[in-house]
Amino acid sequence: MNTIYETARDTCLGATDLDVSTCESMMGGLMAPKVDAGELFFQRERRLGWSLEDGKIKEGTFGASGGVGVRAISGEKTGFAYADDISCDALTPALAAARAIVKSGASTAPPSMPAMFEPAMTAQTGDAIHVLDDPILGMSNEARIDMMRRVDAVARAVDNRVSKVSVSLHAVHEAMLVMCTDGTLCGDVRPLIRMNVSVIAEENSRRERGTAGGGGRRQASWLLEGDRCDDFAREAVRLALLNLEAVDAPAGAMPVVLGPGWPGVLLHEAVGHGLEGDFNRKGTSAFAGKMGTQVASPLCTVVDDATLADRRGSLRVDDEGTPGQRTVLIEDGKLTGYMTDKLNAKLMQSECTGNGRRESYAHLPMPRMTNTFMLPGPHDPEEILRSVKKGIFAASFGGGQVDITSGQFVFSTTEAWLVEDGRCVCPVKGATLIGMGAEVMQRVSMVGNDFALDSGIGVCGKDGQSVPVGVGQPTLKVDEIIVGGTSS
Amino acid sequence: MSLNSLYDLTAPLCESDGGLPDIASRWIEKACKKGVDAAEISISQGAGYTVTVRLGDVETTEFHQDVSCGITVYAKQCKGSANTSDLSPAALDEALDAACEIARFAQPDACHGLADASLMATDMPDLNLSLAWRMGIEQATEMALACEDAGRGFDARIVNSEGASLSSYGGRGVYANTHGFLGVSNGTTHSIGCSLLGEDANGKQRDYWYTSARSADALDDAGSVGRRAAERCVARLGGATPPTGPCPVLFESEVASGLLSTLTSALSGGLLYRRESFLEGALGTDILPTWLSLLERPRLKGGAASANFDGEGVQTANKAIIDAGQVATYLLSSYSARRLRMQTTGNAGGVYNLILHPQATKTRRELLQDMGRGLVVRELMGQGVNLVNGDYSRGVSGFWVENGEIAYPVSEVTIAGNLRDMFRGIVGVGDDLDPRRHVRTGSILIDSMVLATPA
Repeated sequence: MNTIYETARDTCLGATDLDVSTCESMMGGLMAPKVDAGELFFQRERRLGWSLEDGKIKEGTFGASGGVGVRAISGEKTGFAYADDISCDALTPALAAARAIVKSGASTAPPSMPAMFEPAMTAQTGDAIHVLDDPILGMSNEARIDMMRRVDAVARAVDNRVSKVSVSLHAVHEAMLVMCTDGTLCGDVRPLIRMNVSVIAEENSRRERGTAGGGGRRQASWLLEGDRCDDFAREAVRLALLNLEAVDAPAGAMPVVLGPGWPGVLLHEAVGHGLEGDFNRKGTSAFAGKMGTQVASPLCTVVDDATLADRRGSLRVDDEGTPGQRTVLIEDGKLTGYMTDKLNAKLMQSECTGNGRRESYAHLPMPRMTNTFMLPGPHDPEEILRSVKKGIFAASFGGGQVDITSGQFVFSTTEAWLVEDGRCVCPVKGATLIGMGAEVMQRVSMVGNDFALDSGIGVCGKDGQSVPVGVGQPTLKVDEIIVGGTSS
Repeated sequence: MSLNSLYDLTAPLCESDGGLPDIASRWIEKACKKGVDAAEISISQGAGYTVTVRLGDVETTEFHQDVSCGITVYAKQCKGSANTSDLSPAALDEALDAACEIARFAQPDACHGLADASLMATDMPDLNLSLAWRMGIEQATEMALACEDAGRGFDARIVNSEGASLSSYGGRGVYANTHGFLGVSNGTTHSIGCSLLGEDANGKQRDYWYTSARSADALDDAGSVGRRAAERCVARLGGATPPTGPCPVLFESEVASGLLSTLTSALSGGLLYRRESFLEGALGTDILPTWLSLLERPRLKGGAASANFDGEGVQTANKAIIDAGQVATYLLSSYSARRLRMQTTGNAGGVYNLILHPQATKTRRELLQDMGRGLVVRELMGQGVNLVNGDYSRGVSGFWVENGEIAYPVSEVTIAGNLRDMFRGIVGVGDDLDPRRHVRTGSILIDSMVLATPA
C-alpha cells in the first residue's frame, strides 16, 4: 500500500514530465547568494457539487484544477509566481519570476542547500487523521441525489409553513506536495465534504430563512450516519419557524450568553486573528507585545488544534509541510502563544506552529487558524442563563469580522432570545454584536461544562484567501457587549 | 523573464485574443457532436503582478497568471457544468465529458437553456477597457515606496504600516454558445493602495486608501494616495461615545456604493425566484424617494464594469432600474426570467455600471448641515444584512456630527434598521462621487437609523 506521501506525489506529478528529483534540481535554480529558501508547492484538486431546489436536482458542477506555486524568500522579502499547469515548460518561467525578488534582496545569509532531500519523516510516519479516500468517488451520484431528495422531503414534512427548500452537497479531493530547500519533502491528501440546507418559511406575509449543515474531512456517507442529514433539515426548519416569531432585538450594552459550538466564532474573531504571527511580527495587532499578560478572564483557555480527527479545519501537515499541532493561545486568561508559518516563526525566532496555510498553489501561505476553541469551564449552562436579569441568549451566528489593529470585532446572530429573570422569553431578530476583543474576553464571567465543536461549515477569509476552519466553545457569559438591535 | 519587460505579461492579453475564440468554437462543435441540445463555453485568461513594500523596503513581488474555462451543456432540459484550469485538449475533453455525465443525473427543468438567439449581442464597440501599463518592476516598486513614504511622513502619529502596493492586471475572455454567438472581451485594472497605523494615548487605529482604474493615466498620484490613507487613519484617533438611540446617518461614498449594491442584489432574479428577497413583488412600486433614479450604463468607456454582452451573450443596453423612485425592472438572467415568466434583462453575471440620477443634490458640507446631529459611516463591519426580510444591523466606524460639523471619531457602535425604510428614507446625495466603483455614487444621507453604543 502506498504511503500518504507516495499517493500525494503520484497524484500531483503523475502523467507529467516532472518527477521529484527533476523538481529538486530545478528548485536549486532558485538559490542565489541572497536567497534563504526556495519552495515548490504542487496541488491538484477535484470538486463535485450538486444543488437541489424545489424538490428537483437543478444542476451539478465538476471542477478540476492543478498547478504549482514557487516561492523564493530572502530575509523578510518574498518572490512568488505560479503556473496553472504542472510541467517543466510551465515551471521554468515561474522559477525565474519568483527569483526576481533576489535583485532587491537585503539578506546576507549564505544559501542553505541541504545535501539531499528526504521525505520529512515526522510528517510522513504520522497517522492519517482522516480517511484519505476520494469523497467524489466514495458515493455514487444516484446515492448522493437520493440523499438530497430525502433531506428535502424531511424539511417539507416538518411544517406546512415551509415554502422553499434548497440543499447543496459539495465534495473536494485535494492532493498537495511541497518541497523546500530547508529539506522538506512532504505530501498530503485531503478530502472535504459539506452539506447545506436552506429553508424559507412563510406565515401572514412574513418570511424568514433558516440554514443548517455540516461536514468535515470525511466521506459523504457520514451524512447518513445516525440520520445526520435529516437533523440538518429539521434544524434549518426550526430556525426559520423560530424567526417568524422574532421580535425586534434590543439596542445597547447588556449581558450576553453564547451557546455552545458554532458561537465559538466569537473566539475566531475576538482573539484568533489577532494572534496570527504575521500581525504580531509586524506589530499591527492589538495583541502585539502582550505575550504572558492577562488578555482574557482567568476562566478562558483557548487553543488552536489541527490534530482533531476528521474536522473541517484539521491538517495532518500544513501547506509548508509542518505537522499540524495543538497550540495553546490563551491559558487561564494569559496570552501564551501565537500561530505561525515558517517565515514568521523564523523572523520572530520562535517554533513554527504548523499554521502556514494557503487557499491554493496560486496564493502565498500565511499564518491561519485551523480548529480554534475554548476549553470547558465549571458552570452548568442552566445556571449561566439563570444569572442573567436582562440580556440576550445567542445560540447561533452567521459570520463575523475583526479589525485586528483596534481589536474591534463583530458577529451577527441567526438565533437569539431575549432573556429576562434568567429565562428565555421570546426570539429576537438577527442583530450584530460588537466589541473590543481583549475587553470582551476580560468580561467572560462564566464558562459552561458543555463544550461542543461546530458541525463543520466554517470558512475563514484573510487577504482575499478562503480556507476551511472549525470553531467551538462551551456556553459562556459575557457580562457586557453591545447588541445592535432597533428597540431601545 | 526580464525584470524590465514586466508589462509583457499584460500587453499580449490586451492586444490579442490568444487563440481563445478558436478553442471555444472547437469545443462548442465537440459538444454538438455529443448530441446535446445546447452548450455554452467561457474561457478567461489573466496575468499581472503585485509589488508590496513595507516600512521602506520590498516585501513581496507576486506574479499572477490565471486560466479558467467553464463548459455547460443542456440535454433534454437537464443541465450539467464543469470547469478546469487547464486548456489542454485532454483537460477540455474531460470537462466536456463531465458536464455531459452530470446532465444525465440532473432533473429536467423547462427553464434551463441559452438565452434567446434574437437577444445575442451584435453591436460590439470598443469600450476602452484594456490599457497596458508599460512599466518595469523597479518603477512599480519606486511608486509603491513613494506612496508609503508620503503616508508615513504625513503625521507624527503614523507609527506603523501594513504596507503599500501597486498592482497591474490584464485579462481577456471569450464566451461562445450553440446559437453561433462568440464574443470576446478584455480589460486591465491598475491600482495603488496603502494601509497605515496611527497611535495615540487611546490606542491604535488602522485605515487605508487606494486608487484603481482601467488606465494608469486615470490613477491618482501615488503620494496623494499615501497621504489620504494617513489622513483617514489619524482622523480615527481619540474617539468618544455617542448616545444609543435613533439618529440620521450619512453613508460615505465608499459604503454608499455597497448600500446600492444591496438594493440591486435584492432585485436580482436568483433571489426573487427563490423567494429570498424582501423586494419580491416590488416591480412598479416605490422603493426610493420619487426624486431619485438608479440607472444602468453598461457601455461607459473605460467603466469599471462595462460590457457589450452579459454572461449569456445578451446585448447590454442602458436602462433605468429605479425610475423616479419606482422599480422599473428586475435584474434577470434567462433562467431566472423563465422562472418568473419574464424576459431576461441582460443581467446574467450582475449589473454593468450603475449611476444615480440626479448624481448629487448637495455638497458633503451641506449634507452634514442638513443632518445637524448624527453619524457619518466610514466603514461597515460584518454580514448583518438579511435580504429575506430586509433587516440590517452592522458594526460601524465613523464620526459623530454635532451642529453640522464633525465632532469626534466613533467606533464600537452598530447601526440597525430595515432596508425598505432606509431606501425610502434617503434625503440627500453628496457630490463626492467615488469613481473607482462600478456603482458610482456620492455620500447618501438617510433620515433615521438606530445607533447602539456603550452609552
